[in-house]
Amino acid sequence: MREITVRRFALSIAVAGAVMLLLPMVISTFTLTLLLIYGMLGMSLGLIWGFGGILCFGQAAFFGLGAYAYAVSAINFGESTLPMLIAVLLPAIFALILGAMMFYGRLGDVYLGIITLVVTLIFFKFMNSTAGPEYIIGDARLGGFNGIPGYQTLNVPGYPDKYVFGDNLYYVTFGLLFITYWLVNWLLASPFGRVAVAIRENEQRVSLMGYDVRARKTILFAAGGAIAGLSGALFANWAEIVTPSLFSLGQTAEIIIWCIVGGLGTRLGPLLGAAGLAYLKFILGQQMLIDNAIIMGLILVLFVLFLPKGLVPAMDSIGQYFVTRFNGRAKIYPNKAEASSND
Amino acid sequence: MDLAAVIAVETIYTIASLVLISAGLAIVFGMMKVINLAHGEFMMMGGYATITAVNWGINIYVAMLVIAPLIVGIIGLIVERLVIRHLYGRLVDTMLATWGLSLLFVGLVTMIFGNTTTGISTPIPGMTFGDYQINGYNFFIIIVALLLVVLIYAVLKYTRIGLIARGTMQSPEMASAMGYSPDKIYMATFFVGSALSGLAGAVLAPLVGLVPSSGGAYIAKAFITVIAGGPSIITGLVSSGSIFGLVNQAFTFSISPVFGDVALLVAAVILLRLLPQGVTGRFFRGKL
Repeated sequence: MREITVRRFALSIAVAGAVMLLLPMVISTFTLTLLLIYGMLGMSLGLIWGFGGILCFGQAAFFGLGAYAYAVSAINFGESTLPMLIAVLLPAIFALILGAMMFYGRLGDVYLGIITLVVTLIFFKFMNSTAGPEYIIGDARLGGFNGIPGYQTLNVPGYPDKYVFGDNLYYVTFGLLFITYWLVNWLLASPFGRVAVAIRENEQRVSLMGYDVRARKTILFAAGGAIAGLSGALFANWAEIVTPSLFSLGQTAEIIIWCIVGGLGTRLGPLLGAAGLAYLKFILGQQMLIDNAIIMGLILVLFVLFLPKGLVPAMDSIGQYFVTRFNGRAKIYPNKAEASSND
Repeated sequence: MDLAAVIAVETIYTIASLVLISAGLAIVFGMMKVINLAHGEFMMMGGYATITAVNWGINIYVAMLVIAPLIVGIIGLIVERLVIRHLYGRLVDTMLATWGLSLLFVGLVTMIFGNTTTGISTPIPGMTFGDYQINGYNFFIIIVALLLVVLIYAVLKYTRIGLIARGTMQSPEMASAMGYSPDKIYMATFFVGSALSGLAGAVLAPLVGLVPSSGGAYIAKAFITVIAGGPSIITGLVSSGSIFGLVNQAFTFSISPVFGDVALLVAAVILLRLLPQGVTGRFFRGKL
């Protein structure tokens, strides 16, 4: 893993700033905001699955929880600063509890997948059945399958009537995504991140070395939950309504497809996979010829069969091939695991 | 007294339907270790096969018990040849590939049949129990589930085919050395598993209206039943089906059907936390 240097950081700010200003010339900021939100969601699963080896089939649970937490608390508080914090903390705490339950029970990968899937379904079923007037949190009615509309959207901290929307919401989302990306980078470059990768490679060996595998997995899982929660809160601001479909099977499946297509074990892969596939879906939605699900399904099957490492690592190895070819000098990695964790 | 009888029948019916929807998955996951997330879609296609066949004027029992399993079995066969056979032994990859397949099937069926609810009426009239009315079709489902369990048990335990299948799943190399082709046996087992899913979907189709996405309603229940059952296929299926069926009905009668479903899922999470190997991993060890 490359070290984070001041130069690299400055360079990435410059690149990100240029991208942020150039993208709206191609795609409308309204669509772009959603793509960035999905990118952040993809990154959250990419972190825990690609670097921690935790296959979470229920990332949508934290996404939806973040969105609902924002909506409910925004109605109750009438401004957005505290609700944004709650929308990050609540999913993180929930992930911490759920993760502790699973990892301290030493559940294997498949069982982990099923349990997280079941938890998402519990939310889906429960939220769908909360149409009655008795389901109230503070002033907010949960609203069943109709969802919660009409809450306070993002505003400038301290000024509840200065709303952040349209182009400004896009810039805020881009900024938050950039910060999150660097926090993830920092986490992965830290000793904690390195041990997480080691756990992915060989859990038993790491635990024999004296590391507390269970606690580390739980914390990583909670970090993923926090990021997913933040993207959920941003989604609530973008869509201006939250519905139980945030917890649906389709939503939770899509996050997994993003990660597989983009490339696991890379930092940029899930982000680009999410934004790219969401945009593809947006374009496909404009034609009536073929059902969307067919193409999404086909993409997933083909990727699992033929390109299981995903696009970004594939591009990377093609790039490496040409670099070696023309320089006559291979880039030397200490070992394979290190090579695959580069982006 | 009448109410007690009704509750008893409803509870047995819930257990039977859980066993029914999980049987195909138990074969595919329990024996072959293939996580088939398209299981719900296999059931959905079984339902559509039945409804289409009935609309063409075929007898409903023939459609449910013969045509639907055959069609879904053949679809399963094609899927196995094209996708699954490349992924044996890679648990997580089968999970992802079959998830893709499930999306694909939902999309295909939406294109063919449209996104509206279709259904047929149940062939058996309701029965009166004192002051209460029971759906007569529930008894049919109970009988089908019972026969199915007995049949699978008998085939696996007492026939040569069952012995070969079980042997291959335990040690493909050994079976291969004995002159049986593991490739063909895996193929046949997947065919049987998909056919059973198709049968379950077909039998349940008259009770619930079908939409292309209705497979999603079964997949979680089927999975937790099979996984909570543990390594023994039949014993696990029946025991975990009974536990979840009882929990579901207890909460359905005391609160509401939605809480019954939620309680079932919560019970599954707790059960898996306490018994990660499933019910038969701790108790009933080594049974079939």
